[in-house]
Amino acid sequence: MLQSIFSKTEADVRSALQSRKRDLEDFKALISPAAKPFLEQMAQQSKTITKKRFGNTMQMYAPMYLSNECQNICTYCGFSMTNKIPRKTLSDAEIIKEAEYLKSKGYDHILLVTGEANKIVGVDYMCNAFKLLRPYFSNISIEIQPLDQDEYEKLIENGLYATLVYQETYHRETYKIHHLKGKKSNFDYRLETADRLGRAGIHKIGIGALFGLEDWRADSFFTVLHLKYLQRTYWKTKYSISFPRIRPFSGGLEPKVEMTDSDLLQVICAYRLLDEDVEISISTRESEIFRNNIVHLGITSMSAESKTNPGGYVVEPESLKQFEISDERTTEVIAEMLSETGIEPVWKDWEKRW
Amino acid sequence: MSKTDQLKIADKTFSSRLFMGTGKFSSSEVMQQAVLASESELVTVALKRVEPGNDDDQMISALKDPYISLLPNTSGVRNAKEAVFAAQMAREALGTNWVKVEIHPDPKYLLPDPVETLKACEELVKLGFVVMPYIHADPVLCKRLEEVGAQCVMPLGAPIGSNKGLKTQDFLEIIIEQSNVPVIVDAGIGSPSHAAHAMEIGADAVLVNTAIAVSPNPVEIAKAFKLAVEAGRIAYTAKLAPQRQQAEASSPLTQFLYE
Repeated sequence: MLQSIFSKTEADVRSALQSRKRDLEDFKALISPAAKPFLEQMAQQSKTITKKRFGNTMQMYAPMYLSNECQNICTYCGFSMTNKIPRKTLSDAEIIKEAEYLKSKGYDHILLVTGEANKIVGVDYMCNAFKLLRPYFSNISIEIQPLDQDEYEKLIENGLYATLVYQETYHRETYKIHHLKGKKSNFDYRLETADRLGRAGIHKIGIGALFGLEDWRADSFFTVLHLKYLQRTYWKTKYSISFPRIRPFSGGLEPKVEMTDSDLLQVICAYRLLDEDVEISISTRESEIFRNNIVHLGITSMSAESKTNPGGYVVEPESLKQFEISDERTTEVIAEMLSETGIEPVWKDWEKRW
Repeated sequence: MSKTDQLKIADKTFSSRLFMGTGKFSSSEVMQQAVLASESELVTVALKRVEPGNDDDQMISALKDPYISLLPNTSGVRNAKEAVFAAQMAREALGTNWVKVEIHPDPKYLLPDPVETLKACEELVKLGFVVMPYIHADPVLCKRLEEVGAQCVMPLGAPIGSNKGLKTQDFLEIIIEQSNVPVIVDAGIGSPSHAAHAMEIGADAVLVNTAIAVSPNPVEIAKAFKLAVEAGRIAYTAKLAPQRQQAEASSPLTQFLYE
């Protein structure tokens, strides 16, 4: 796979850039080293396409970490079971406190995040959280342990809109090295999560890889393959893609393959050039300067002043974090930055009674 | 066409991506010669034109050839119930479980009824038929048909018999992009260049009838269609050269990477 990406030539890149309908071979050319000199052209096209499809808007969302309990041992994550730090799971009252804070900042789309601890933050805990949060937010997404189809169906009935589940790496052997213990060490169960979600009839599925575990070119290609398969199979579902890069955390792992800002920009543009409709989000893992620029070049949703620990906004700012964020600017500052550059931050874009 | 680029529908493979209709010809002989010249391997026959039980049926006899499969169509029926009945009749009369589902309640433009077509296909799949539905170029309908088990979809390029070409191109492209089953452009293809066009945008096959049957020289035109379909297919797999050049905008968007 890597070889076929690295063997792409300047001519392949030119042809991909000019193609009216791009295919997976074009995508390979666009993420290849041969495309580097064409990054500016890719960015120009990505900007035009994104504007045409999504207009001058940016969907705003905020993550809310509910728990850092986790029964997995993963080499790159702050929540790994081996990290001997006290754990925290939000109570009803604490969930509401955090919700009130985020609501006061203007957020209406919320992403609930937990570690993977089925007994503590299972379906019942999530259903209860939805019940508490629905009066505050129009749109609730989750990023929690993968579940079975009937469990997703139950969550959807209770107000779930989207589920994000990242494969981390599509390289089976490398996956094994980084997911040592726990349910997450089952590569196939995780890979098939999007299928279970599709069958459950969910509105939106988010997929992606954690860049740094494996070669980013290979993993971004396999993510595209996965995306294309899902789009054809579960055609009533929307898709979003995210490109997290490994960030420092307590007990951290160095990335195996470095990914520069220029590489990340290349991948984002390549995705947009291949797929005009897929949503692409960027988190606060990325730097201020990168985010200021990338919001014009293909991104459709973003978060601001995120906390990656349960209770991080108000309840318990010092609890164990999943990773360190990079762009620490407040929501107000980000919203202003967007407005000043001609982008309207969109807070509500869903009706919860549907 | 090359052996490696065969089209598979259900249990059959086809070397030719040109399917033919058999209506409107001046005689069974001309029809037969045109079909042979087209090298088509799947030929649709309106069940209403066949005399059941008559082994000497002219049309059917003319199509007896080891390379040609018959595809009965339900032309004339107006709803799902009639279509299912027609398919069962065809299975008995022609010994094939393949059926082209055509339901047009409107006798003037012969436009397909999407609701009845979906119902009929769902029922026919359950009864063990290989269904090939003739439909509008409606991407959502195509996905719904795929879900009920249709083995291909046959969206129209323009009103049937109009010879106007790919008036529905934008929708055909969406259908081709999304489909997990072969997409056969049916109806509206009026000239070999239209057929080549359909193949270039990625159709798996085309079905042509009027353009051949009504031409002053059906046999020659059939040959021309064969070549056009092959050319279009080769162009699609080889990829066309880009059509437009884009000027590079002046204000750089990537400068921030180097600051």
